[in-house]
Amino acid sequence: MTGAHPFRLPRGGLVDRSRPLPFSFDGKVREGFAGDTLASALLAGGQTLFGRSFKYHRPRGVVSAGPEEPNALVELREGAWREPNTKATGVELYDGLAAASQNRWPSLQFDLMSVASLAAPFLPAGFYYKTFMWPAAFWEKLYEPAIRRAAGLGRASGLPDPDSYEKAHAFCDLLVIGAGPAGLMAALTAGRSGARVILADEDFRLGGRLLADRVEVGGLPGPEWAHSVETELRALPNVTVMPRTAVISLTDGGDYAAVERVADHLPKPAPGRPRQRLWKIVAHRTVLATGAVERPIGFGGNDRPGVMLAGAVRAYVNRFGVAPAPSLSVFTTADDGWRTAADLFAAGVEVDAVIDARAEVAEAVRVLGEETGAEILLGAQVCGVAGSSGVKAVTVSRDGWRGRIPTGGLAVCGGWNPNIGLASHLGHRPTWSDVIAAFVCATPPPGMSVVGAAAGAFGLAQALAGGLAAGAAAAVDCGFAARLFDAPSASDEAVELSPLWRVEAPLGKVFVDLQNDVTDADVDLAAQEGFQALEHLKRYTTLGMATDQGRSGAVLGQALMAAMTGQGMAAAGAPGARPPATPVAIGALAGRHRGRDFQPTRLPPSHEWAQARGAAFTETGQWLRAQWFAGAGERHWLETVCREVATVRSAVGFTDVSTFGKIDLQGPDAATFLDRVYINTFSTLPVGKARYGAMLREDGFVMDDGTTSRLAPEHFLMTTTTVNAARVMQHLEFCHQVLWPELDLQMTSVSEQWAQYAIAGPASREVLATLVDNGFDLSDAAFPYMAAGSLTVLGGLRARLFRVSFSGERAYELAVPARNGEAVVRALCEGGAPFGITPYGSEALGVMRIEKGHPAGNELNGQTTAADLGLGRMMAKRKDCIGRVMAGRPALIDPDRPGLAGFRPVDRSARLRAGAHFLPLGARATSERDEGHMTSVAFSPTVGCWIGLGLIARGPSRHGERVRAYDPVRGGDIEVEICDPVFVDPEGSRLRG
Amino acid sequence: MRLTCPFCGERDSEEFQVLGAAVGPRPNPRAEDAAAQFHAYVNLRENPAGPHREHWYHGVGCRRWLVVTRDTRDHTILDIVLAAP
Repeated sequence: MTGAHPFRLPRGGLVDRSRPLPFSFDGKVREGFAGDTLASALLAGGQTLFGRSFKYHRPRGVVSAGPEEPNALVELREGAWREPNTKATGVELYDGLAAASQNRWPSLQFDLMSVASLAAPFLPAGFYYKTFMWPAAFWEKLYEPAIRRAAGLGRASGLPDPDSYEKAHAFCDLLVIGAGPAGLMAALTAGRSGARVILADEDFRLGGRLLADRVEVGGLPGPEWAHSVETELRALPNVTVMPRTAVISLTDGGDYAAVERVADHLPKPAPGRPRQRLWKIVAHRTVLATGAVERPIGFGGNDRPGVMLAGAVRAYVNRFGVAPAPSLSVFTTADDGWRTAADLFAAGVEVDAVIDARAEVAEAVRVLGEETGAEILLGAQVCGVAGSSGVKAVTVSRDGWRGRIPTGGLAVCGGWNPNIGLASHLGHRPTWSDVIAAFVCATPPPGMSVVGAAAGAFGLAQALAGGLAAGAAAAVDCGFAARLFDAPSASDEAVELSPLWRVEAPLGKVFVDLQNDVTDADVDLAAQEGFQALEHLKRYTTLGMATDQGRSGAVLGQALMAAMTGQGMAAAGAPGARPPATPVAIGALAGRHRGRDFQPTRLPPSHEWAQARGAAFTETGQWLRAQWFAGAGERHWLETVCREVATVRSAVGFTDVSTFGKIDLQGPDAATFLDRVYINTFSTLPVGKARYGAMLREDGFVMDDGTTSRLAPEHFLMTTTTVNAARVMQHLEFCHQVLWPELDLQMTSVSEQWAQYAIAGPASREVLATLVDNGFDLSDAAFPYMAAGSLTVLGGLRARLFRVSFSGERAYELAVPARNGEAVVRALCEGGAPFGITPYGSEALGVMRIEKGHPAGNELNGQTTAADLGLGRMMAKRKDCIGRVMAGRPALIDPDRPGLAGFRPVDRSARLRAGAHFLPLGARATSERDEGHMTSVAFSPTVGCWIGLGLIARGPSRHGERVRAYDPVRGGDIEVEICDPVFVDPEGSRLRG
Repeated sequence: MRLTCPFCGERDSEEFQVLGAAVGPRPNPRAEDAAAQFHAYVNLRENPAGPHREHWYHGVGCRRWLVVTRDTRDHTILDIVLAAP
């Protein structure tokens, strides 16, 4: 017990003493061994103080040896990798690990904030609710920052997570959660039967309590038996063994989520490897073998460093070869605590006293204590603990006698709580068992069986037999013949207990929830103030709401409440646990879906060309579209966009419209179908023609618009807006399959099959003529406005041509198979060069559609009717269509409804803002006077000023009127004139050429 | 959660979109009280604690619309059939 490991036992443990690992804690270099956790390595080095508590800044040490740890929370790693509130008991030690204590200032040994402990009478449960009530403005500026500095735990790095994470799916017949004796037996039995088994355990080494206890299974020491089973399981092709994998949730239908810590035990993940992997596991059957968590006893100073759970003491002694203190005493109310005394003695650690609250124990149990030479005190209770950063002595009372026993540490056993949180994720509440004095899962979710200590079977032989039976049953349920064999031999241990929640005369504060600093007084106060229901108790005191989810202490608080209210534990019940079962990095939940990869990015076929051309891009739904193409010497985007618009209006330009949705509809009833989904008629559309159409939702509001062409008598091609493509497809499928399955037609999306380009401007026909193959007549007589046809271009390339226009100029849309898109773009540049052709982006497209008064996304906002948008006359009178009946609701045909109009600033140099609200001139800016709002604006190089589209009450009948455009958000308040929404070529003469 | 699509077999719920209660048939638009019937068809819904017939769309699969009967209390799927047989 010297050097770097003053508290390491001379022999024993499952650590590899030939592999020392250097690490640092609070900047000081330490050393542990391979197989250590951060907690065991620090304990071996003599570190008893791990951090300061949440509310009172009391010194705290390690309490447990697993994920239930409430105290030993550290900041792990540094810089962007810093991870606060990490449980030192779950961190596998690696070479170069850097950890720091948290929630202390200026240092761990000397913490100024611990004066909070002196102010404790002023920090009762509900303190924040009662004290910091008003004024509201004080919260943000004064109370919250002060509370956050004083309380709170570790610091987040504040930097983007530099690691990568991934998600994966797994399927199995049987998922075994927990690789202790019961879980190993279940996996082995089902695995030998041929079932596909996944065995997941949070720990980096399989075995569970077999690693922590001095037990034999089948004649082998526990760890050796666990290793032999693991070796056999790994050799079975139908079994997947997943250590370092915490199952965190159960969701509907039997889906489990699990986090595999792929690289948390390494300084950095290997290149190309994730730090963690989030698994979705679909299992036919599940065996829950998650063991049990030891619970504390309420006595004064039960939070002092050096006071530990008795089972954890065994884990440090037997698994890690560490003496948690120079000498210890045991305070127990169950047989199990005596085994800790025996194990300490066997490891050569002095046992000062064994204090059992029960007046009598079985002879076999008593012998365990007597052999250690310790003082045995039956029917006695520990009232208080002396010492601040370590235990110096305990005060014990028995039958009115009170005495002081000097000792270096205290191992506490208040019994065991089955670890059944996962079983309650679907709402199955735990029930109280008087037999084991703990909550059990009497009605597990479908497909799940609970075994071993998780089922309250605390004896080793019981656990092995239960695991074997559950594994065999699961295999049979999944259609495999169970290969039966005898469970290996093991002794069944004494597991008697008599629950003790709080000692009779505690000296000092009694902690119930160590992580959130909840005391027994807080529970009493909650009871007095009426917060007696468990969910109220939890929220009022924060009991069980910390990252340990009250695994060790919550039942203690519930028991104190049950005693206060006079209810039994069975009547009081227990709240269910909620996912995730252990804290999960947000990165693991996001996986690869972060930043640019949050959702897929769809690229039109001309993307690479546009990139090379220096285009700026914008997102439209998932699509990345060219926004504008800056020319040489252009310094402002508006300059570029004005040039693009002017070139289209005076010469010719082209743009990529591949992102529009395209739906191919074929069949004898396709025309009838379109009549029913569009407000206007398509059955009368001649072959070779396109028509603009608008469709409604069934509630009467406009859903989408676009042009649909008739390519053959029974063949139509619909276009939709870019963002609504999927929604329209789903809607059409609904109309066909659910509403009118008798109609004979088929439809499919061809959005990604065709690249499509709009070629617009007075010279568009001449440019197009350089692409089309000989024999296709582009004359206005043969191919007039709204014509649609098939042809070949560029020497035999299959293509479709539509004479439709969004810009208001003579325009064509040319579609070719997507892979040929870029070739067409290059041909357009080349063929159009003599005509001064320019590519234009979505911004110029938008300017020109506003100039032409075409409604788009800002106007098709889900709150506008066809009449609002000036499309009322399109509604066919003699046929029904989706939304027709409800579009006739009184409020939707109210003439005072906001209708589409154009807007111009009275001061022609003023800028318009979309979102500005319209008010009568001189009216106060109140919502009662609101007449509508501006939906789209653009600077129009054609008109020479800002122009806008908007929805204003009785808009179409108010051309020439002036109103106030009020935009308090951006300080805009100007006078505007209402006008016709078509600013350019209202007669449409340019369209027809 | 898994759903057994009658066309594709057992699939993850991520492949589906749910629309809501499977109400219908769509009212006759020429009925005298068509406005009232459409109001009920579009807006009025039961909110049962128990079996609930819903329209689901297998958008990332066969694109079939399905009528799924789901117990709203525990998400047990009781029945799945194609909306259009």
